[in-house]
Amino acid sequence: MSYDWNWRFLLDTVAAGEGSYLDWLLAGLGWTVALSLAAWALALALGLAVGTARTLEARWLRAPAAAWVELFRNVPLLVQFFLWFFVVPELLPRDLGLWVKQDMPAKEFVTAVLCLGFFTSARVAEQLRSGIGSLPPGQRLAALALGMRLAQAYRHVILPRALRVVLPPLTSEFMNVIKNSSVAYAIGVMELTFQARQMQEETARGLETYLAVTTLYFLCAFAANRAMAAIEARSRIPGYLG
Amino acid sequence: MTAKLVLLCCAAALAAAPVAADTLAKVKEAGAITLGIRESSYPLSYLDEKQQPVGYHVEVCQRVVEAVRRQLGQPGLKVQFQPVTSQNRIPLVTNGTVDLECGSTTNNEARLKQVAFAPTTYVTYVRMAVKRASGITGLAQLHGKPVATTTGTTSVQLMRAHEKAKGVDFKEVYGKDHADSFLMLETDRAVAFVMDDNLLLGLIMTSKNPADYQVVGETLSVEPIALMLRRDDPAFKALVDDTVKGLMKSGELEKLYARWFMAPIPPRGANMNYPMGEHLRQLLKAPNDLPAEAYNKR
Repeated sequence: MSYDWNWRFLLDTVAAGEGSYLDWLLAGLGWTVALSLAAWALALALGLAVGTARTLEARWLRAPAAAWVELFRNVPLLVQFFLWFFVVPELLPRDLGLWVKQDMPAKEFVTAVLCLGFFTSARVAEQLRSGIGSLPPGQRLAALALGMRLAQAYRHVILPRALRVVLPPLTSEFMNVIKNSSVAYAIGVMELTFQARQMQEETARGLETYLAVTTLYFLCAFAANRAMAAIEARSRIPGYLG
Repeated sequence: MTAKLVLLCCAAALAAAPVAADTLAKVKEAGAITLGIRESSYPLSYLDEKQQPVGYHVEVCQRVVEAVRRQLGQPGLKVQFQPVTSQNRIPLVTNGTVDLECGSTTNNEARLKQVAFAPTTYVTYVRMAVKRASGITGLAQLHGKPVATTTGTTSVQLMRAHEKAKGVDFKEVYGKDHADSFLMLETDRAVAFVMDDNLLLGLIMTSKNPADYQVVGETLSVEPIALMLRRDDPAFKALVDDTVKGLMKSGELEKLYARWFMAPIPPRGANMNYPMGEHLRQLLKAPNDLPAEAYNKR
């Protein structure tokens, strides 16, 4: 293929005159990391609660948890972004809706964190539920027989074990959050993909731009992978899992 | 073994060599010419109700195709359409997938390093669409207000430059494509949408309530829009240039303009009713292929 590679444009001053294209990439990287971490924290907190609720006997907790999972698992992520961004504000009272649409601070970012966090929480919940399901039922019974209340059994026996079981799939999920955060460009969050589109328009250097962005996504996802692997190694209980 | 290696390296080097920039020879050999078209750049290049490419620039391109057929003596030369986006149009032209792009591409210096442009056939004015009821008539009224534009367009840098120069502070919001940006205006997420005038008029024309919107305000930028072709291909460039200049001289281009900008057009038979601007009027008399930088000296 004929292509005249040129990487020096990264150091050129942007058309509007402040900073270089490299600065844009780094700013985009900052938003990608901030969005991914915030969404991941939200997803973990909600996912742990919902996933645990799905394994309880109390129907009034189990049913809404199941509904939560199915709602967020069965709708494409891009559509969810549009629903939160365009549709939900229309359902609010008029003044509040207008505030959300025009004056809410960091409105695109907040919307994106909620959307990506909810979406991922459904997946985390499912993984935790299957992790809890994979434990021998005797563990729970033994904990209760020792005189623990149900909450104590979950706190001291079931969850610590189940979480170790689901660490590998959670690693994938963490990496997915980073990659899925790219969809947030669609509602105007100025993350990596957004900056890439703008850069390639201004510089007409599409291939270099997307290669640079690909590398940055890869490094982020890989860093998440290594961090989770370190947690996995440190939390391992000898003799339980291979 | 060594000979094999050398052969392999030669093959690799050949594969990496630039596509010979001789579009006419390529088209002749293939028996077909590929035109790059847009799906919703009203009224320059878009799909009609039967999903067929139509528009002002598509018609100009068809005149070029006729000229290619005459020059090559191949009246049966086939025409293929390749939809392109603002992201992939330049790579698709440079790598030989598209022979002539008939869309809404601004001719500017950054792009001239990679591609060539025909003489300018449309001049777009970057302005803003607002709701009629908002009473907004100028950019100064947008201070502190949310203003929409589309990610990956030249309007983004124009807005930033204008803010810096005039000390106004827009709260920019970004749609992923023009339809999303217009939705932002429609749902009051933004009070204005800054974009090329022809695109704004097209979006208004196809919106639910066209009477609710209008295009207002000062011009942020004047941009020459032209057909795009490969660089360093003098034979094809000459053919395209002569065809376009011929259309201008004979008055046919003005008729094409009237047909797409001043009369009912597909898909709904609406009329954009947008008279030709001063820049294009001058260009019809004295055609050129100068980039946007020549129009917007700061």
